[in-house]
Amino acid sequence: MSATTFGAAENRAINRRHSLHRQRLWALYGSYTALGVFVVMFLVPPFYMLMTSLKSSAEISAQKGSPWIVHHPTLANFWYLITYPNFQNYYLNTVIVTILTVAVSMTIAVLAAFSMARMGFWGSQTLATGVFLTYLVPASLLFLPLFKVIGWIGLINSYWCLVLLYPTLAVPFCTWIMIGYFSSIPKELDEAALIDGAGYLQMLFRIFIPVAMPGIIAATIFAFTVSWGAFLYPLAYLYTSSQMVLTVGIVSDLIRGDVFEWGKIMAANVLASLPPILIYAFLMDYYVAGLTAGATKG
Amino acid sequence: MADGTSVPVGAIASGAAERPRSSLKKFAQQRSTIAFFLCLPLILLVACFVIYPAFYAIYLSMLNKKMTQFVGLSNFAFLLRRHTFQLVIFQSCLFAITSVVFKALIGFILAHLMHNVPGKNQRIWRGLLLVPWVIPLALSTLTWWWMFDPSYSALNWVLERFGFAGVPWLGVGWIARFCTITVNVWYGTPFFMIMYLAALKSVPEQLYEAAAIDGAGPVQKLFFVTLPMMRNIVAITVLFSLIVTFADFDIVRILTSGGPEDMTHVFATYAFQVGIQSGDIPLGASDSLFMFPILAFAAFFVLRGVTRRSKEIAA
Repeated sequence: MSATTFGAAENRAINRRHSLHRQRLWALYGSYTALGVFVVMFLVPPFYMLMTSLKSSAEISAQKGSPWIVHHPTLANFWYLITYPNFQNYYLNTVIVTILTVAVSMTIAVLAAFSMARMGFWGSQTLATGVFLTYLVPASLLFLPLFKVIGWIGLINSYWCLVLLYPTLAVPFCTWIMIGYFSSIPKELDEAALIDGAGYLQMLFRIFIPVAMPGIIAATIFAFTVSWGAFLYPLAYLYTSSQMVLTVGIVSDLIRGDVFEWGKIMAANVLASLPPILIYAFLMDYYVAGLTAGATKG
Repeated sequence: MADGTSVPVGAIASGAAERPRSSLKKFAQQRSTIAFFLCLPLILLVACFVIYPAFYAIYLSMLNKKMTQFVGLSNFAFLLRRHTFQLVIFQSCLFAITSVVFKALIGFILAHLMHNVPGKNQRIWRGLLLVPWVIPLALSTLTWWWMFDPSYSALNWVLERFGFAGVPWLGVGWIARFCTITVNVWYGTPFFMIMYLAALKSVPEQLYEAAAIDGAGPVQKLFFVTLPMMRNIVAITVLFSLIVTFADFDIVRILTSGGPEDMTHVFATYAFQVGIQSGDIPLGASDSLFMFPILAFAAFFVLRGVTRRSKEIAA
């Protein structure tokens, strides 16, 4: 008697666990399916970009069969771009501008964040908030007055103006990330350093920068992304192809009047998107952590 | 008499305390001087290339086209009377609000789906979903343009396969508006997803357990546990996205450059057309200044959120 009731209860428990398990499994499959649909939708443009870049002009204009598949893949577009002096120029200019922007932005941001997070002076708290608020004055509001300002400095149609202007897009957020990381370093660490006779700069370079490396990587990626992909400033200030960067060069040089050489344009897109994609593929975790760290604290 | 005895005592005490206090003061002073100099590059950068141009824009907007004469507010009045500009205001608001609503909704759904997936697979899915956000926007918009292309439209090919008629994607006003919003949603959703995912992960598991014990279903858990816990991050993400979307330039410029019949122009692209292409910088400046009231409205809320956050950190 007691044995049977025990058995029944156990059975019921097993059943319930089973159905719960099954329910969870179904939820998991459902999630995978839905995510799969979203991934396909999200990856349609990059996929089409890659397919078109492998097509010859003849295949594109023939319009036979599915446009989504490449029938006679060719690397001619890539070869054309790699040997095209203007495109080499855009790439080189973009690399120079990006490296300089990242270096300038990170120097400014790290010094300021260290100062605001650890040392402080009269009004530094207000300054931290104020820096954050510069995001409320977007580039699309500033590019016209800056046109005059850049004209005064004499940098219209020179990519050096981008080295001056891009940091304004990157520095506020980089500073914000770095303040977050620096404030999370325990105060005992810098007290110990001060007692040992370290100066502030020594403290910054020997302790803060090594400890806050994940934050520095995140901020660097942000500065890189901003300066690699910015479009408005170069479009407004650069006219000749010797000074153009990739985004503007592709849009204005490869589209001549009514002639759209889509194969070449898409191949250029692929080449220009490669560095950001590679960087994100390896360092995405740092970036996501840096981006969300500030937000989840609040 | 009491004074007479107390004075030397005070003098001795102050004499003994003076040296450490003054060196402490000097230390603090030196410290804040160094701190100020470390911030100086930042202050200079922001002052020269953000604050000064912002005020200069206000000044510019009150000049005539040749920038020789002060004309007061007549640029603003001129713009407000123009039909094109009324379209710009409407489209900017439509573009920003619709895009942000869809980005927030889809991002929320994606974050939830992602939260169900076990940790190791999550990285791969997240990586795939982040691709739209990683490709520079100007370049991916170019790809969208190619997909919308009237003569070789790859999207129309799919539609025709299923027996529908082809759509003139960028040729008709409202469809073109829909296209610009689609591209923006495609680009911006991954950002919402990762922000929400981080927020979901920060909700303590015990709260869900407690809710389950109290008999809450999934819907109740969503509305009474998840959403209240995420409220802050949702607000900040939405406000930031609103600012960025409102000021967006790349998508409309490349996809339609304002056409058909100026129906897709937003503030930024219209300012570019008027200010750079037609060479009327003052009119363009006054156009872009119309963004400011809306941004200031957002600023108020962001500022409130930020100060609350820094108070929490201090506490």
